[in-house]
Amino acid sequence: MSQRNPAISKGVDWVLIWLYLALVAIGLLSIFSVTYRDGDSVIQSFLGFKTDYSKQFYFFIASVVLGLFILLTDSKFFTATANIWYAVGIFLLLLVFPFHTEVKGTESIIRLGGFNLQPAELCKVFVNLALAKFLSRVETDFSTPRSHLIATAIILSPAAITIAQKETGLALVFFAFFLVMFREGFPAGYLIAGFSIGVLVVATLLIDKIILALVLSGIGVAMIYFMRKQIKRKRRLLLSIVAIWGLSIITIVFVVPFLFTKVLQKHQVERIFSLIGKENPYAKLNTVEGEEAPAAVKKDTDYNVRQSKIAIGSGGVTGKGLLKGTQTRFDFVPEQRTDFIFCTIGEGFGFIGCALVLGIYLFLLLRIVNIAERQRSVFSRCYAYGVASVFFFHIAINVCMTVGLAPVIGIPLPFISYGGTSLLTFSTMLFILIRLDADRQMVLR
Amino acid sequence: MALFNQSRGNVIKVAFLVIFVIIAFQLLNLQVFSGKYDLEAKRNALSAKVRYPDRGIIFDRHERAILNNTILYDLVVTPSEARQTDIAGLCQLLNIDSTEFKKRMLEARLKNGPYRPSVFEDLLPPDMHAQLEENIHRFPGFALEERPVRVYPYHAAAHILGYIGEADSNMIRRSNGYYRLGDYTGITGLEAYYERVLMGQRGVQYMLKDNHNRLVGSYENGLYDTLAIAGRNLHTYLDIELQQLAEKLISNKVGAIVALDPKTGGILAMTSAPYYDPNDLTGSNKPKNYGHLALDVARPLFNRSIRGQYPPGSTYKPLGALVALEEGLITPASDYDCHGAYFGCNRPVKCMEKWAGHATNLRQAIAWSCNAFFSDVLKHTIDNPKYHDPRKGLMQWKQYMTAFGLGHRIGVDLPSEDAGNIPDTSAYDKEYRRSWNSCTMTGGGLGIGQDKMTATPLQIANAICIVANKGFYYVPHFVRSVDGNTDADTALLNPYTRKHEVLTHISNELYEVVISGMQDVVDQGTARVAKIPGINICAKTGTAQNKTVLDGRVIELKDNSMFVCFAPRENPVIAIAVVIENGGTGATAAAPIASLMVEKYINDTLRTARLPEVDRIAQLNLMPAHLPRLQYKADSVRAIQWFNLTHDSAYIKKYVARRKS
Repeated sequence: MSQRNPAISKGVDWVLIWLYLALVAIGLLSIFSVTYRDGDSVIQSFLGFKTDYSKQFYFFIASVVLGLFILLTDSKFFTATANIWYAVGIFLLLLVFPFHTEVKGTESIIRLGGFNLQPAELCKVFVNLALAKFLSRVETDFSTPRSHLIATAIILSPAAITIAQKETGLALVFFAFFLVMFREGFPAGYLIAGFSIGVLVVATLLIDKIILALVLSGIGVAMIYFMRKQIKRKRRLLLSIVAIWGLSIITIVFVVPFLFTKVLQKHQVERIFSLIGKENPYAKLNTVEGEEAPAAVKKDTDYNVRQSKIAIGSGGVTGKGLLKGTQTRFDFVPEQRTDFIFCTIGEGFGFIGCALVLGIYLFLLLRIVNIAERQRSVFSRCYAYGVASVFFFHIAINVCMTVGLAPVIGIPLPFISYGGTSLLTFSTMLFILIRLDADRQMVLR
Repeated sequence: MALFNQSRGNVIKVAFLVIFVIIAFQLLNLQVFSGKYDLEAKRNALSAKVRYPDRGIIFDRHERAILNNTILYDLVVTPSEARQTDIAGLCQLLNIDSTEFKKRMLEARLKNGPYRPSVFEDLLPPDMHAQLEENIHRFPGFALEERPVRVYPYHAAAHILGYIGEADSNMIRRSNGYYRLGDYTGITGLEAYYERVLMGQRGVQYMLKDNHNRLVGSYENGLYDTLAIAGRNLHTYLDIELQQLAEKLISNKVGAIVALDPKTGGILAMTSAPYYDPNDLTGSNKPKNYGHLALDVARPLFNRSIRGQYPPGSTYKPLGALVALEEGLITPASDYDCHGAYFGCNRPVKCMEKWAGHATNLRQAIAWSCNAFFSDVLKHTIDNPKYHDPRKGLMQWKQYMTAFGLGHRIGVDLPSEDAGNIPDTSAYDKEYRRSWNSCTMTGGGLGIGQDKMTATPLQIANAICIVANKGFYYVPHFVRSVDGNTDADTALLNPYTRKHEVLTHISNELYEVVISGMQDVVDQGTARVAKIPGINICAKTGTAQNKTVLDGRVIELKDNSMFVCFAPRENPVIAIAVVIENGGTGATAAAPIASLMVEKYINDTLRTARLPEVDRIAQLNLMPAHLPRLQYKADSVRAIQWFNLTHDSAYIKKYVARRKS
């Protein structure tokens, strides 16, 4: 249909469209293989809007329709309204506080009739637009700390609000936008520092506090000793070494316990510790209210990941075949239509199937990065990197979680997981990118 | 600006690639190199359901099924589906109250979880099953499940057929993993001896289950399932009508009857009294009934035919006579001038007949069962002039007895047979410190089948078979053939096809003399009551003294009544040994029983005139008088043990009350 209309199809990147269709098809097949019961009439239930795969199918149609509208929209519309969308997003996020309905422990959902609206999900698009808009402004000089601060604020304000709504998984997604900033010249030092703090936190969990502090002190003393000549010339060097040492010790002694007792919820802490295979030492100190009892949580987190690994592992090289997976067919893996959908692929189609899906994803990501690099306008490039970053974060965390490499964070697998909102959001992001890319010769501000 | 950071685009690409490679390695690890997840998935989702085969059927000699299978029903419940059930109605049908109902529901939930059926009440009695069948729609979540059970249509031959029960942990360990917890196996009798034949082969059906343990279908359409193979049937020599008659005749008595076919060694009937209805040990009342049987001091579970050790008494005399004849110590014309006792040794051996001339020759001596004559015979046997040494004489005698199948297990196809005892030099050495002579055992009564000599009724019957066969025997056995004979079965049945020509070196003339004496027993001697017109029965009565210790004192019990016979003389088809404990003389209790059995077997029916006799003997109560006292003692001792364990005075109250009154 769109092929016959030169106005729409001009400049459209068909590779992205095909990859998109392939992923949605894989998703539908996976949801089908989980929910289909012997004896159901396939066509009837596909059209009936009763089953999950049918719903997902209609959401796909809706996404395509929305995508067509986006393709028909002028590219300038997005640059022009980016900040407005961002404002709307923040407003919706704030609206959640008085109007939310509690669903499965999260307080981030507004119920509108029969439809669950999760503003945090939509905010991914808006933040992406706003960040691109900010970075592409003529007056923005992205080498100044001030602009770094503003960009960080754009990203982290919705993240902060989302954390307040007990939806840590979605909040983490916003951190993906640091990749965009990195591409635009955000000093690598910041990221290295941030990464180092992350390493330090993990090290604190793995190693005894006192030993870690002693090791760090030893490194500090050694550095002072080996750099004594430079220090003689430059007194500030000594100061910064001492300051870094001091910060590390503070992180170990105060920040980490604070993080694990006052910021993160109990079940999240449990998930992190169950991943590294340790008892949670903060279990009794945690004062953040969790909805589940500790014992049940522990069993629950272990159970999910173990069943998920069994499902994927039992697929072997070639898999058990469509509708043959016992783990996924008989509900051993919880949340398998949504967050653990990768298990279905792993069990049904084995290593070959997994490699194929991951290959499609990798191809998609690299394709988006290439598209980003061919843009003339900074806005389009930043936006494209934003899309790549969000997709990458979702894919990496989701798949790592199902294979036991990351703690259980409930975020969906783009285009494959069951869920109308997430499919619409990811489709919107992708179609806006395709629209912007179609006008890649134009300079948008 | 755009060019300024372009290299960072490549950094990002590399970062993407690195993460994907890490994931790919983890997938390789999980899916390709680690085999355990496949097993774990199977453990999650597969449930092996064992399909039990029907056990083999046991037939008698006329192909009547004497041990068969039937279907009883269990009431099973799936707790999650039983919420709407009519609890009051169900409780009323099952005769339980609502607390019991709740307790059982909880048990079911704990046992198999709420989504799987568990047994609520097992082995429903037929009337209860009929009522439930009609009303089962009122009880959603409940269902009736078939369960194969052993059934004994003739209510007879309990000791022979045995019973089945769940394999215990020892059996499971010894079976090298064949048996599993909850498997049924033969515990005694033919069920145990022919377990490998009867049990069949267990089948397995693999079912898929979901995360709630619900069964959701078969695995791979049953590709890996194995069918249960039914157990194979046994065909026996038993005559179930003869068996029923034997049981009827021996009711209200303690003792045993063994009837053999001398030509084949096939066992025609074997009963041990007191006996029980084998159906009592199947179905829902088994635990209760078993308790009663196990605690009865008359020991109804004890198979006296193969385990009861009785002094053979005078039934030994034909054997003693044959030994002495073969050794040339007496001739058919030998006589002994008996006047009521044997005075050859310092201790007299009393004889029941006092009139002169009851032992003028061997035939007479057998016919009138002269104790003096046979004591003398034994003395000569021990003091055999061939050896000039009573030790050698005794050992030679023992060798004969061994040849007659006494003193060792003869190998019947039932478990836990007993050997009986034939004394040898070491036994006397031990008791008399090596200073004994032929008078020691003669005076003790070895010559009349007492002293240290014991035998099981089966052994006695078998010895008489050897006399009837004039020197050979086949090992007594029940099973004639097995359906679908395999090599293993042939090995199992081989011992029973071998002819044991143990005493064929004794000449037929000598046998004829003894057999004639045995015929005289019935025709004119001690057992005239056993005579049947038209059938020449050869028999020997026996009356063995016995005593027991009760309350710390040795008390003399009434004599054991013994009787052996075979018939007809010309072509023996049946040999019988009857032991009635404390039944008096051989002629009073045992002989009529054997006579009726011979008539029944040979003529296939009893004369009408004899039927009152059957009832008379069946009614005749010869239960030993000391049993109630023994039972009281055993029960009260057990009550005290229970009281000490539980401190519940209800256990001892009735005994305390009885002592006061």
